[in-house]
Amino acid sequence: MKALILRDLRLAIRAGGGFGLGLAFFLIVIVLVPFGVGPEAAVLRRIAPGILWVAALLAALLSLDRIFALDHEDGSLPLLATAPLPLESVALAKAIAHWITTGLPLTLAAPGLGFLLNLSPAAYPWLFGGLALGTPALSLIGTFGAALTVGLRRGGLLLSLLVLPLYVPILIFGAEAARRGGDGLEATVPLVFLGGIALGTLALMPFAAALVLRINLR
Amino acid sequence: MSIWEYANPKKFVETTTPLLPWTFGLAGLCLVGGLIWGFFFTPDDYRQGATVKIIYLHVPSALMAINAWLMMLVASLIWLVRRHHVSALAARAAAPVGVTMTLVALVTGAIWGQPMWGTWWAWDPRLTSFLILFLFYLGYMALWEAIADPDTAADLTSVLCIVGSVFALLSRYAVNFWNQGLHQGASLSLDAEKNVADIFYYPLLACIAGFVLLFIALVLMRTRTEIRVRRIRALELRARRAEART
Amino acid sequence: MMPDLGPYAGPVIWAYVASIGLILVLVLASWRRAVRIRRALEKAEGQSRG
Repeated sequence: MKALILRDLRLAIRAGGGFGLGLAFFLIVIVLVPFGVGPEAAVLRRIAPGILWVAALLAALLSLDRIFALDHEDGSLPLLATAPLPLESVALAKAIAHWITTGLPLTLAAPGLGFLLNLSPAAYPWLFGGLALGTPALSLIGTFGAALTVGLRRGGLLLSLLVLPLYVPILIFGAEAARRGGDGLEATVPLVFLGGIALGTLALMPFAAALVLRINLR
Repeated sequence: MSIWEYANPKKFVETTTPLLPWTFGLAGLCLVGGLIWGFFFTPDDYRQGATVKIIYLHVPSALMAINAWLMMLVASLIWLVRRHHVSALAARAAAPVGVTMTLVALVTGAIWGQPMWGTWWAWDPRLTSFLILFLFYLGYMALWEAIADPDTAADLTSVLCIVGSVFALLSRYAVNFWNQGLHQGASLSLDAEKNVADIFYYPLLACIAGFVLLFIALVLMRTRTEIRVRRIRALELRARRAEART
Repeated sequence: MMPDLGPYAGPVIWAYVASIGLILVLVLASWRRAVRIRRALEKAEGQSRG
């Protein structure tokens, strides 16, 4: 399984952009927001947690259809299915690779970009913690979505329509944690929920994704 | 003589043919009767004025929006386990009905909210949950359209329905957490004191019955259509194969 | 005949018009599709037998 993860990482880097593209998109969205809502510091502080989370969500979303695309195109997907490694582990490996190339850089970069939006100082640890718990769940759910739409021609748009509603709880709890933490309120409850969602998706999504892959490979 | 006999498409169509007009008729009766009763023969609420009359549309449609999805969930499970095509087709048939119900609930909710809350749209937990449900319905219908092979489409949409149900439930709690909201408490709970006053209750029940019957009638009609579509495809396939052989 | 809807006449009427309208669209669209498909099936079955 480690081999699979490393292979995907190498492919991501070689295909150009791997780590960088998601991060660049994240940065661009953050920079665009003040142009859209005005530079007033107080306003930016209020919306910073939400914007950071939405941007992270979109950045994660953009690279989802690549999860299985390369394997589908060169025909190695059926091979992966019949490999000695269970398909559930393959799905998990794909999710992990996606997280390493997207979720992890985003989580690390978010505090750095928070200052651009005048994020309240107290919010930083909550933002970081929330993203650390939430981005793996985003990758896992995204892998399920990518499995559903593998091989479809306009798959990218459909993928977004299917996956974004699934992302809503994570967004709500993550942004709430950052917001409440920033206001100095008690913010452990949403973080606990995020943890729960992360564990739940870790347990269930590989099975759901594998099931869907098997259906698509018939 | 078990219910599974009706899983046979031909038998399903045969059985429902005489039933359909009666179901529609009864639905129309309950709906028109209930709405007229509620609209013309109930008083205004002392707090909400005449807008309380919107309850006869808002509550039944909201109930059906949820129940339609639940029916799709059950039908999806039956398809995955027992592979009855009628079940998969019924789930597909129910989705547009569910989406319309959700839309009616959202529109009536927003219109009702405007004079009451002073705003055309409020991110109230229940309204927001219905908005999310609307998106789930759209995704489900889009997936059916996107997949070429009908059996694969049935399988994938069934899994989506199941996964979606889990997340829809999760969203409900998340949204409640996110915004404690302006919605009034349960109008139909079993606790008699919290109930909407009796004088509104009975016409409301009639409207709910009407909506339920309308849902059943529409799903029966649409499932019959889907069964026929499947049959047409099979006939076309057979014709093409016959041509290829000659 | 029409009850006095007071200041809320607008919202109430619009709510009823919109809801009934949406439901009618659904019913009519479903019915028209059903009729069209039924005719197509009769045609297809006629051809396969003939």
